[in-house]
Amino acid sequence: MITRIPILKLRDCLIVSIQWELDDQTALSFQEDLLEKLHTTSARGVVLDLTPIDFIDSFIAKVLGDVINMSGLMGAKVVITGIQPAVAITLIELGIRLENVVTALDLENGLEKLERELED
Amino acid sequence: MNLRSSVDIITEWDIVAARQLGRNEAKEVGFGTVDQARITTAISELARNIYLYAGKGKIEIRQITDGNLRGLLVIASDKGPGIVDVRKVMEDGYTTSGGLGAGLPGVRRLMDDFKIETVLGEGTTISASKLLR
Ligand SMILES: Nc1ncnc2c1ncn2[C@@H]1O[C@H](COP(=O)(O)OP(=O)(O)OP(=O)(O)O)[C@@H](O)[C@H]1O
Ligand SMILES: [Mg+2]
Repeated sequence: MITRIPILKLRDCLIVSIQWELDDQTALSFQEDLLEKLHTTSARGVVLDLTPIDFIDSFIAKVLGDVINMSGLMGAKVVITGIQPAVAITLIELGIRLENVVTALDLENGLEKLERELED
Repeated sequence: MNLRSSVDIITEWDIVAARQLGRNEAKEVGFGTVDQARITTAISELARNIYLYAGKGKIEIRQITDGNLRGLLVIASDKGPGIVDVRKVMEDGYTTSGGLGAGLPGVRRLMDDFKIETVLGEGTTISASKLLR
């Protein structure tokens, strides 16, 4: 039973809102789906909203980091939005620094930031 | 009240079950959202290590009291290969599976108390607890 995470397209950006707790298989199939969608749509940016996510462990952190690097290889920028305070605290305590990751408070800010970055 | 509960870790889905149980127990004890996230994350790390390195094992969660403080004790046990060099696996970034090597050192920081007992060829038991302050 793998849940597929919907990936929406808005102009030249993809928007992903993760709504449920991520199990390992869902996280991995999301990774593939997103790269596939980047390829077929030629989108240049991705906003990944994590607002409902209430914890991130080392596995999910690795998948997210990989998705960001892989998207970069394909020429797309990723902005992560909606990281809860508890998630930010536990990620740092785990010793995980999502380096070079662009973040924003919410989806709206994230889209704005992305559009600005894509203009440069 | 159920003071002791456990999840057998056999498939990947049991990792999800273990952390959900942990979150519910943490809520029941009265931990705030940040501590709930710490406990959930710690259980997820320990359960995934069992699944990856020992094949199968068990996560047990107990509600504990220390004086008049309440808390949770998480015991992850398996009959896997054991850990060769305990000091090494506690280093940030040490991994034998291409992971981040963040799990065990992370669990030690996320919880108050952390203990590894391991015997080569017999298995590993890791206990980690957190008190509600
Ligand atoms: N239950 C276990 N039995 C045997 N070896 C283990 C067990 N748990 C951990 N290890 C060993 O300790 C190493 C470090 O574990 P740790 O959880 O810190 O990092 P990881 O699992 O490699 O990566 P991450 O947790 O960041 O995804 C593992 O790579 C593995 O070799
Ligand atoms: Mg691990």
